[in-house]
Amino acid sequence: MPGSTYLGKDLIGLEHLDAAQINAILDTAEPFKEISERTIKKVPVLRGKTIVNLFFEPSTRTRISFEFAEKRLSADTVNIASAGSSVQKGEGLVDTARNLEAMRIDMVVIRHSASGAAQFLAERIPSNVINAGDGRHEHPTQALLDLLTIRDQLGRIEGVRVCIVGDILHSRVARSNIWGLTRLGAEVAVCGPRTLIPPEIEALGVQVFPHVEDAIQWADVLNVLRLQLERMETGYIPSLREYNRVFGVTRARIERAPRDLLILHPGPMNRGVEIDSDVADGPHSVILQQVTNGVAVRMAVLYLLAGGAPETAETAKRGVAQ
Amino acid sequence: MQANGRQLLLDQRAVERTLARMAREIVELNGGTDRLALLGIHRRGVHLARYLAAEIERAEARPIPVGSLDITLYRDDLMAIGPRPVVGETRLPPGGVDGKAIVIVDDVVYTGRTVRAALDELTDFGRPARIYLCALVDRGGRELPIQPDIVGRHVDVLPGQAIEVLVPELDGRLAVEIVSATEA
Repeated sequence: MPGSTYLGKDLIGLEHLDAAQINAILDTAEPFKEISERTIKKVPVLRGKTIVNLFFEPSTRTRISFEFAEKRLSADTVNIASAGSSVQKGEGLVDTARNLEAMRIDMVVIRHSASGAAQFLAERIPSNVINAGDGRHEHPTQALLDLLTIRDQLGRIEGVRVCIVGDILHSRVARSNIWGLTRLGAEVAVCGPRTLIPPEIEALGVQVFPHVEDAIQWADVLNVLRLQLERMETGYIPSLREYNRVFGVTRARIERAPRDLLILHPGPMNRGVEIDSDVADGPHSVILQQVTNGVAVRMAVLYLLAGGAPETAETAKRGVAQ
Repeated sequence: MQANGRQLLLDQRAVERTLARMAREIVELNGGTDRLALLGIHRRGVHLARYLAAEIERAEARPIPVGSLDITLYRDDLMAIGPRPVVGETRLPPGGVDGKAIVIVDDVVYTGRTVRAALDELTDFGRPARIYLCALVDRGGRELPIQPDIVGRHVDVLPGQAIEVLVPELDGRLAVEIVSATEA
């Protein structure tokens, strides 16, 4: 029913979405997959909409995925990249928001190193805002494409055991995944060095595996996170080799899994650190399917947000039929 | 008008007879089944297209490719009607549309905007040699210069009334009913 699946003006995170809303996005993504298989990979649904991709942090995969999604829906897009950490968050973002508003744009996709940046922007401009990753807070479209990939492969999410492996503390991907998975009834665990696991994590209904071998015994799905190489310099882990030896997802380890494991990774991968090439390119890996699903999920989010509120739509619909 | 606001226009037998006639008209109009393919507009048009194809196959002993078209993403009124969370499946008939005689099948033709969207979408998929339009019910009220080639039944209804085509796959029975606005 329209009232319960309406997303609101913005997509900031999965924390405040319920199961019906998340399922509406996943169900909408399903037919969008087919558009990317067509000879003419374009439908006119967002024709005339202007979308700004505002990337304050370097990103290749997410930005390109959003751009493809926007172009395949016929929106006009502008990319603003402001890489590096020199961007001032407070005042800089307010000015950016006012400028965007003055240019009458319809939607903003924002990535920013500060947690809360997307929310901050959303409260200040009338355009739809989509969070493409803000600090350690959330990266909702990544979690949605992970959910879609799990659902494609296993036919369901409820009751599936998913273990997120790696740097949970700094990971917005982990946070969005935990919200989304628990909302849809999956069992969620995390695994990684104690220094990289938030101390309060069990409060979210998540169990912790100190050993990756135990996680592999338990899980149906491993979502292997990228290890940010700068974590080593700041003393969270002793060395990359050490990390691989203790937490690396290797072929030898997954061969001992009691059931068929599904291996996800949000990319880009550090081959030989958090994941071995044998596993990344192996039969259990659905990493490239995640990339394909990413475009479909982002198309679904853009489409649902662009359509406006269902209340106004319901009123208008009475005059439009057949 | 019945008390519950629904009025039966065609019962199952009447719909079956109408579809049988439409199937014959399709073959006649196309001069046979050569290059013929049916494309149903989501959702009820898809079921009607399958029904028509089965009728033609029975009479002509030739397989007729059937596809489905969801025109949601080609509508001109997304902002007015709001997004539909679930967009239906678009599946081209086996063999594609290039060089084919495509029959677009819809349940009810009214403003013509759905057909306009279907024509736009079809153009993005290829270049059919010929496109026909076939509708079970034509209720008039066109807003665009679009006319069906084959019609099951012409019906005059008031703007507040809707025509509902019921198919067994979705509604449990085959019928056409007029629903007056007071019911909803």
